[in-house]
Amino acid sequence: MRRARARFALVAAALAAGTALAQERAIPAGELKSGSAFLGPDLRALQNDDFANPGMLWVERGEKLWSEPAGKRTLACASCHKDTSMRGVAAHYPRIDKASGKLFNVESRINQCRTERMGAGPLRYESEELLALTAYVARQSLGLPIASSIEGAARAHFESGRAGYHRRRGQMNLSCAHCHDENWGKRLLSETISQGHPNAYPAYRMEWQTMGSLERRLRACLSGIRAEMLPYGSQEYLDLELFLAWRAQGLPIETPGVRR
Amino acid sequence: MKRRDFLAGLAGSLALPGTALAQVDPLDPLVGGVTNGAPVKKGKVTLVLPQLADNGNSVPIRITVDSPMTEADHVKSIHLYSERNPVRNMANFYLGPRAGKAEINSRVRLAGSQRVTAVAKLSDGSFWYDTASVVVTLSACLDES
Amino acid sequence: MAAKIQVPREAKRGEIIEIRILIQHPMETGYRHDDVGHLIKRNVINVLSCRYNGVEVFRADLSSGISANPYVQFYTVAEASGDFEFTWIDDEGLQGSERQSIVVKG
Repeated sequence: MRRARARFALVAAALAAGTALAQERAIPAGELKSGSAFLGPDLRALQNDDFANPGMLWVERGEKLWSEPAGKRTLACASCHKDTSMRGVAAHYPRIDKASGKLFNVESRINQCRTERMGAGPLRYESEELLALTAYVARQSLGLPIASSIEGAARAHFESGRAGYHRRRGQMNLSCAHCHDENWGKRLLSETISQGHPNAYPAYRMEWQTMGSLERRLRACLSGIRAEMLPYGSQEYLDLELFLAWRAQGLPIETPGVRR
Repeated sequence: MKRRDFLAGLAGSLALPGTALAQVDPLDPLVGGVTNGAPVKKGKVTLVLPQLADNGNSVPIRITVDSPMTEADHVKSIHLYSERNPVRNMANFYLGPRAGKAEINSRVRLAGSQRVTAVAKLSDGSFWYDTASVVVTLSACLDES
Repeated sequence: MAAKIQVPREAKRGEIIEIRILIQHPMETGYRHDDVGHLIKRNVINVLSCRYNGVEVFRADLSSGISANPYVQFYTVAEASGDFEFTWIDDEGLQGSERQSIVVKG
C-alpha cells in the first residue's frame, strides 16, 4: 500500500511539475501577441514591406557577409554551410553548445565560428557586421515558431532567467513581470506596453533609428527602470533570453521587426 | 472715429496672431524664396500624412499633384515645409514632364504635433499648396535617448 | 553606402513606372547627443539624383527632416531600355551610387 502510494506520489509530482511549468505561464500560449500587434498601422505596414523595412538593409548585408571570407583560414560562413540551410536554426536559440556546455545565442554562435573555425576575430555587439549576420540568420527562420529547448543542461539557465525576469531592480524597483506580465496592453505615457517577446530581433527601432540586438533592447529596459545595465554578453542576459524564448514559445519569428 | 469702430479695429488687429505665424504664409520669406511673392493657391496638391504618427522619427508622407505632366503642363517642383521642425524646409523634389505622374512617397521626421505644407510650382509659373495636420506623441529631434 | 533600388525589370514604352529607393544612412540631425553629452555632428544626404540613360528625371534636396535610412518613391515614364543611375551625396561629401537596368519593349 505504501509502495503504491509512493509511486502515485512520484507520478503526481512529475505531472505537477510539468503542469506547474505550464501553469506558470503568465501569458497562456493562446494569448501570445507579438510586438507588432502593439504597433500603429503605419509601422506595421513598414515592417511588412520587404523593400521599405529598413531592417532588411542589414539582412541583405548579412547575406553578402555570409559569403565573404574572413580570418586566417580564408573561410566564409558559406564555405562550411554551403549545403545546409539555416532555416529553423534561430528558432531553436538560445541553446546549449555541446562542445563547451555553455548557453549560446545566435551572436555568440557566430563569434564562436569566427574565432574557433575561421581564425577571425570576434564581432562586437551592435557592430554593423554582427547585426547583419544575426539578422540574416534569424530571417531564415521567418514565420517559424520559437521552439527553444529548456531541457537538460539548459534547465539551470532557464531557471536563472526566470528568476531574473521576476527580480525587482533599479530605482523604480520593478521586475520585467510587472510591466510585461501584469500590465501588457495598458498605456505607459503615450505607449502601449507590449508582452515583451524576442521574436522580431534584431529589430529596427525608431528610438535608435537603426538596427539593434535583443540585448540592446533589454539594456534599454534596464535603463528605463533606472537599473544598472550589465555589459553585453553577460550570462544574465543570455539566461533571460532563454527564458524569454520559452515564454514566447510558438510565436513566429518576424525578424527584422520594426519597433518604436 | 466712433468708439465702436475703434474697438472693432483693435479687435481685428489682435485676432489670432499665433495662427498667422503657424501656417505657411505665402509671404513667409522661406516660401518667398521659391515663389518670389507670387500667390500660393490652395488646390491641385494633396498632402497625405497619418492623423496620429506612431513615432515622429518615421512618418509616411504622400504628396500628389493633379497635373497631366505633359511638356506644356507639368509640375516643376514640390517644396515641403514644417511648422515646428528645427529645419523648416524639409525637402524639395524636382520633377518634370518625364515623371508621368506627380506623386512622391517618403518618410519624414516630425518634431512634435504640427501642420506640414507642400507647395507645388507648375510649369505655367503658378503655385499651389495643401497642408496636413499630424499629432505626434514621440517627437523626432527633441526626444532623444 | 548600402542602397536598394526597385525598378521594374521590364516595361512597355510610354508606361508610367514606379521607382523606389532605400539608402542606408543615419541622416544624423545634429540635434542628438552621445553617451557623454556631446552633440553628434549633423550629416545628412542633401542631394539625391536619378538619371535615366544619362538624363536626370528626378532630383531631391533632402534635410534632417527626412527619416534615417531615407526612402523615396516616385514615378517616371519608361522610354527606352537602359540604365537608371542614382547618385547621392551627404554633408561630409561622401558619395553613393546605385544602378539598375530596365528593358523597355514597344
